[in-house]
Amino acid sequence: MRASLRWASVLGAATLALAGCGSSGTSGSTTAGNTPPAPPKLAMQSAVGAGEGTLNLIAWAGYAENGSTDKKVDWVTPFQAQSGCKVNVKIGNTSDEMVALMKTGQYDGVSASGDATLRLIYGGDVAPVNTSLVPNYATISDFLKDRPWNSVGGQMYGIPHGWGANVLMWNPKVVTTAPTSWGAVFDPSSPYQGKITAYDSPIYIADAALYLKATRPELKITNPYELDATQFQAAVELLKAQRKLVGEYWSSYTTEVSSFGAGNSVIGTAWQVNANLINGEGKVKVETAVPSEGATGWSDTWLVGAKAAHPNCMYRWLDWITSPSVNAQVAEWFGEAPAQTKACDRTADETFCTTFHALDQDYAGKISYWTTPTKSCGDGRGNACEDYAAWTQAWTQIKG
Amino acid sequence: MDPGVDPDQGLTRRRRPRAVVRVSGFLHRHPLVRLLGLLSAPMLWLVVAYLGSLALMFAAALWSVDSFTGNLIRVPTLDNLRTLITQDVYRTVALRSLAVAASVTVVDAMIALPMAFYLAKVASPGTQRLLVAAVLTPLWASYLVKAYAWRTMLANDGVLSWALRPFGTSGPDFGVVTTGITLGYLWLPFMILPIFAGLQRLPDSLLEASADLGASAGWTFRSVVLPLVFPSIVAGSIFTFSLSLGDYIAVKIVGGSTQLFANIIYDSIAGGTNPPFAAAAALFPVLAVLLYLALIRRTGALENL
Repeated sequence: MRASLRWASVLGAATLALAGCGSSGTSGSTTAGNTPPAPPKLAMQSAVGAGEGTLNLIAWAGYAENGSTDKKVDWVTPFQAQSGCKVNVKIGNTSDEMVALMKTGQYDGVSASGDATLRLIYGGDVAPVNTSLVPNYATISDFLKDRPWNSVGGQMYGIPHGWGANVLMWNPKVVTTAPTSWGAVFDPSSPYQGKITAYDSPIYIADAALYLKATRPELKITNPYELDATQFQAAVELLKAQRKLVGEYWSSYTTEVSSFGAGNSVIGTAWQVNANLINGEGKVKVETAVPSEGATGWSDTWLVGAKAAHPNCMYRWLDWITSPSVNAQVAEWFGEAPAQTKACDRTADETFCTTFHALDQDYAGKISYWTTPTKSCGDGRGNACEDYAAWTQAWTQIKG
Repeated sequence: MDPGVDPDQGLTRRRRPRAVVRVSGFLHRHPLVRLLGLLSAPMLWLVVAYLGSLALMFAAALWSVDSFTGNLIRVPTLDNLRTLITQDVYRTVALRSLAVAASVTVVDAMIALPMAFYLAKVASPGTQRLLVAAVLTPLWASYLVKAYAWRTMLANDGVLSWALRPFGTSGPDFGVVTTGITLGYLWLPFMILPIFAGLQRLPDSLLEASADLGASAGWTFRSVVLPLVFPSIVAGSIFTFSLSLGDYIAVKIVGGSTQLFANIIYDSIAGGTNPPFAAAAALFPVLAVLLYLALIRRTGALENL
């Protein structure tokens, strides 16, 4: 026993010593909470040289397909042939995961949504992008350029890729009347208790806030990502109640696909690509819709890693993935509106861009795009809002 | 002379290089250096790579992250520990994890004991070999394959629901129960093997003596077998308990909306939002297992591993 005590004290002393070392190494970290005034100054690429032979990407499922999911769905192999850059893709299941992966500095680029971009930009993990080196940038939809989630102070930090809404998906064999409201997944007396699914990420709190925005006007929610204490609490309470209805949270798209396939889930939030995969498997047919309250959604941007080991290959990828025919392929496969305006002429389904409102600025304005919640509310309320750290903690509590 | 034998008949050895001779001579004269040389590699591994990384992790538990950029702030603070202790949710999840680990251990012990007894005392040598192989083969399959196999079996259209349908019921939905079943399956071999080894050391003559003295089978089991094999059960429980306590993958696959303590650690680090909090949370399973080990040390089970 005495020996073990001695060991414990040695270990404790070592721990303290190490902690001390750590504290002396602190350097210019921003204080928690407010948006820092300016992101770290990082050099921007000035020319695209010869490719480095390799490209390491983090992407959402369905964004960088090499034919392994579906033989006909392949835009990575032609890129490799054309550029000589061998592409390694790491699928990111959530924005948080993508941020964590980018922080390792081992990746050249990432297809980040709006709830990851600012964190990466201000964290110094991604470099500003020289849009003049990406010829296809010129014809990207104007309403996607210089937006708060992909630029800072007029400097673009990436190339817009595509956007869309998080849809409500259901299995019409079980859910016989098509739902028109998100209430279908929040109703405490839902007949589908135990068969409801929800997205396993703190950002899903915004979905609850969006529903409350329509159903409880007294809360005065204006933006589901800018929630003060009262509004936030209401959203958390709604989700805690929903927890009793949820059979399974999905964080990986494969979980939702298998869950609907097996009948464990019959209704819940989804990406269009999940629905496409389920319908493609043919075991179960599902339908999707954007409910009356509107929807949260994503506007994704390809960012270049600050420590990218293969920047030239990355710039070639930026241009490739936003080129009209490739952007059309990605958009149709994933089920989102392409960022590239010219992509609309290249889609296999001629009505695709109309269906997804690709060129419809008004429609795009109605989606509440994933944004990183910060203390600053972005309006007259000042710093009264809950930041992402609070969202993360609340999410653990919601799951209980 | 037989051409197959060397002229010296293998009696003189080939001369070794001088440097080697000198080194070996030095080592021979200095036993302490010899010992250090022998142990340095494993010690380096144990102290630097193993304990060192643990110490580093607990040092990181005192850091925090910038809530916006997620960058590390290397200023010691007890906030992480305070959050863990004061917020109810972490206590709830910790208790749930302990309950799952404990029930997996108990259920595994209850299944493993009769199986191991049959293996060690009843089965013929041939059957025994076959059954031991059967117990071991699942260890050859990947963890994920087994967990997903259980997901398929426990799913709504799975074999369990299909088998239960004639009785007007269905299998349990994904949750704590399905997680327990899957973990129980995954760690069962780790319980069977120590008990099997313990029972093999138990002389048959003791069982016979007990029977000769008029004890019933149940009485023999309680007063002879169980006390002697108890340390082996405890040894097995170390595996099942600590493996269950640290698991976060099975619960992701078959746990539905359940979260266990390891998920909190995983979500904090792989979610990328708060690695220092993950380090702080990791203290709980470490302490729980250390406490468990300290408790069973009194039973003397550790000497029987």
